Amino acid sequence: MNAHRHSYYEAGARERLHGLLDAGSFRELLGPAERMTSPHLPPLDAPVAFDDGVVVGRGRLAGRSVLAGAQEGGFNGGAVGEVHGAKLTGLLERALDERPAAVLLLVESGGVRLHEANAGLIAVSEVMRAVLAVRSAGIPVLVLDGGQFGCFGGMGIVARCCDAIVISEEGRLGLSGPEVIETTCGVEEFDSRDRALVWRTVGGKHRYLLGEADVLVADDIGAFREAAIRLLDTVPDLSLDALDAEHGRLAARLERFGTCRDALDIWSALGIGQPARLPLLDTDEFLTATADRRA
Amino acid sequence: METLRFEYLGGTPPAVQAPTLTGVVGSGNLEVLVEAAPGSGSCVIEITTAAVGFGHIWQAVIDDFHARHGLCDLRISVNDVGATPAVVSLRLDQAIETFLGDAA
Repeated sequence: MNAHRHSYYEAGARERLHGLLDAGSFRELLGPAERMTSPHLPPLDAPVAFDDGVVVGRGRLAGRSVLAGAQEGGFNGGAVGEVHGAKLTGLLERALDERPAAVLLLVESGGVRLHEANAGLIAVSEVMRAVLAVRSAGIPVLVLDGGQFGCFGGMGIVARCCDAIVISEEGRLGLSGPEVIETTCGVEEFDSRDRALVWRTVGGKHRYLLGEADVLVADDIGAFREAAIRLLDTVPDLSLDALDAEHGRLAARLERFGTCRDALDIWSALGIGQPARLPLLDTDEFLTATADRRA
Repeated sequence: METLRFEYLGGTPPAVQAPTLTGVVGSGNLEVLVEAAPGSGSCVIEITTAAVGFGHIWQAVIDDFHARHGLCDLRISVNDVGATPAVVSLRLDQAIETFLGDAA
């Protein structure tokens, strides 16, 4: 246990950015004093946040220039409204002009902010389009996922449109969140109050084993930083060959695991001994126990 | 939602700092934006709160806050989602500490 560990899970959006980037290098764009707040919440008599729940700006990572955005899960679960999404889109489009070494997205979001309906949906689609534009310009977009609200809905799709995902065990990644699945499909299908089930289905360890997340780190801002530095030289590949290969990989995954009822079945099928122990292992033990066993 | 505004004249002007944001707009919590207002000679505190009808309690909490710090040339803006008076007091103190930073 590292005595200097600084929990990524417990930190707020600004704290994560300051801890992740080179000390003192972060400069926020369109900060809270600009009061760029949601136009949709006041008519609903709902509170606004001065930054609309997302912090964007530029800084340095290992001395290299980067742009970075961090969602604040504490405000409406990090949900993407019109302004929130526009700040992320603006950050990504700025990368086309500034050509930083990478764009970092510190995601923490339940997806679209339902109060904002179509404006939120459009905002998420604009973020996706901007991610692909940045990648096709040869600039990697890297996702960090380890916040309290995980990364779901439209932001889950955004995350998987990026070049790489760094996740902690506490991080979660998916499309429909556990409560949504239970509400639409019934508690027999998925019991969202079964925390062990939730974590082994959408949690970081499983997402790493499935190959959706590229790097699994401990819940430590320093560990996320080191992983992000190692990914800075990622070369985006949006070629048809790469897309075909990914489709092939997903088809093979469905073929191989389509009949599994639980993540435990998948871990067994991956040839991992005593799969039930995996959730109990710390990050280093887990990586050792699953070495060369990822899907 | 209810909007409240308090203004205190006089006090000590702090060194001018960049704006700071403390806290988060979540249930039972609040965010506090502190900005320098050089030359205004007053401390203005604007509050938007989801808990309607507690103006007299805010008055007491903000009076105490101003008595503790006695600062002027400040603009403080609050978005509140029903934080208790104790949480508000702590968060305001934290916001001032963060704003003053090394100058404190």
